[in-house]
Amino acid sequence: MKKIFALSALAVLLASGTALADTSGKKIAFSNNYAGNSWRQSMLKSYDAVAKKAVADKVVAAADVFTTADKEVPTQAAQVQNLILQGYDAIVINSASPDALNGAIKQACDAGIVVVSFDGIVTEPCAYRVVVDYEKMGKEEVEQMAKFQPKGGNLLEIRGLAGTSIDDAIHKGITEAVAAHPEFKIVGSVTGDWDQTTAQKAVATILPSLPPIVGIVDQGGDGYGAAQAFAAAGKPRPTIIMGNRQDELQWWKEQKEKDGYQTWSGSIAPGVSTLAFWVAQLVLDGHKDIPHDLIVPYLSFTQDNFEAALPDIPKGGVASHEYTQADALAAIKDNMK
Amino acid sequence: MAALLPAGAPSRSGRETARRTRLLRALLPALSLAIVLGAIAWLNPRAISYFGFSLMLNLAIPIALATISQMFVIAGNELDLSIGTFVGFVGCVTATWLHDAPLLGAAVLLGSIAVYALLGALIHLRNLPSIVVTLGMSFVWQGLAILILPKPGGKAPDWLLAVTGFKPPFVPFPIVAALVIAAIVHFGLMRTSYGAVLRGSGGNPAAIARAGWSLLRTKMVLFGLAGLFGVLSGMTLIGITTSADANIGNGYTLLAIAGVILGGGEFMGGRVSPVGAVIGALTLALAASPLLTFMRIPPDWQVAANGAILIVVLAARVLISRREA
Repeated sequence: MKKIFALSALAVLLASGTALADTSGKKIAFSNNYAGNSWRQSMLKSYDAVAKKAVADKVVAAADVFTTADKEVPTQAAQVQNLILQGYDAIVINSASPDALNGAIKQACDAGIVVVSFDGIVTEPCAYRVVVDYEKMGKEEVEQMAKFQPKGGNLLEIRGLAGTSIDDAIHKGITEAVAAHPEFKIVGSVTGDWDQTTAQKAVATILPSLPPIVGIVDQGGDGYGAAQAFAAAGKPRPTIIMGNRQDELQWWKEQKEKDGYQTWSGSIAPGVSTLAFWVAQLVLDGHKDIPHDLIVPYLSFTQDNFEAALPDIPKGGVASHEYTQADALAAIKDNMK
Repeated sequence: MAALLPAGAPSRSGRETARRTRLLRALLPALSLAIVLGAIAWLNPRAISYFGFSLMLNLAIPIALATISQMFVIAGNELDLSIGTFVGFVGCVTATWLHDAPLLGAAVLLGSIAVYALLGALIHLRNLPSIVVTLGMSFVWQGLAILILPKPGGKAPDWLLAVTGFKPPFVPFPIVAALVIAAIVHFGLMRTSYGAVLRGSGGNPAAIARAGWSLLRTKMVLFGLAGLFGVLSGMTLIGITTSADANIGNGYTLLAIAGVILGGGEFMGGRVSPVGAVIGALTLALAASPLLTFMRIPPDWQVAANGAILIVVLAARVLISRREA
């Protein structure tokens, strides 16, 4: 009953499209533990654009970004404690560790601060988590593959950074979907670390020992490297699932122009940081019924729309999507069903 | 100044100057701490409160303990590059074995202190450079930490949480802890006769050996004490964070060395100051994080600003030493 009420309240809000505007005196801080790769840079840029606009529109009083000098847990824990002292009303965090920051996060919650984590999430129950459904992304890769290769055949899987929850989730999705599509068979698996160079080397090493491959399922940041490895070995080009990187989409475009090459691309948008920002703002706005675990869709491109997105992605960058407050409300609503 | 005076017959004013610079040197760590605290008070008055000090300084306590650990090694003219990963290793043991099987956990931690003492023996007997040995050990500790805790997690024992969560009346816990640590180590190293021998083993090993003291034993004691304080550092850190990560202590190696130097210690000659080291660690912890956060530097510059603050703080220390020499 409560849920239905909350849903309808949200629906009304969504329809009117305006904020309650009583967060204009609130301050939101962003605690980030690393800025050293294109994805993180893109994440910071998206956040900055949306947060600056929110401050200019007087939706919030301040939205400051704090990046620590290293990837260390204690540094970020100290940073969170300082943000508590600084008097912020909410902290958006991309955390260095899912568990080891819980002490500091709990202190923040106890001080009445709203904590929203994303990408690098925290397990402390009082915090909010914005999670991308990586398992579903793994599943969709195989389902898309079934469209391009209806006859089925042998697949090569490229995995991400070992020991991370993201690699685990995507792999799980792929494995489940392959079980449901008996026409496909994974005949090889390599570790690409979400990095084109690593992926290219790994694929080049395993390639001579493999039977003919019809498709490659991967995790993003590795598709272009795989394509290079196949080209260097002089093997026929398989259907390679892409991961929204600029070099991957550029290669896809070249192949499409040459002979109508078809594939699909999906990955987490660095702009998910802006969704976390809006979640923090909405919680401060009094939406106490927002679920603490929010699952958001990944960003994907198909044969028809990837070329339109390509010019907006900086060289060496990743396709992003910046959320508006209305987008955020819609994403939250999807999680309350 | 002092060099201009005739050797062996320092004038009254020369002695006066020497005394004054020595005083300045002893006061410098306290002075830099006061400046950093002043800056924080000016930027964010809210931080200067019981709650504020508890939050800002509680992560400085493990740093102070790691700095004391490094200080023992430096007192013996050696350098320990493994203290950071050792703290991480202790953290992983604390959050897993010490929580699930206290006896096993305690045995492992005691054993690791013994390993430290044996490293001291190895370095002394084979006359090996400590930098090489401890750099090697840093990978061993890191590897063991990852083996114990392949992905972040674990839980601090409840009694440890109670200790680190202790709220004494009027004075915040981190300040009480810093005072206690400084007092105990100061008494042990500066006021006891064996403490003088330990410092002497770094200052003038030949004289200590001629006086009949075993240099092997002093080195083992110094490294053993370093291991003990490393263990205390790792345990306190886990008490504060409540959960562990194999990489949790990696940044401590350089912080600990900087803390010793900032606190008035020297790399050579057994010249160290426990009180200075604790103050140095607190200063670094405050300068690196709260000060930086309160200054509201644009994100692109924050990483560089962190380094700049450390350089400024350490440069002040070097200027004073230069005047003394």
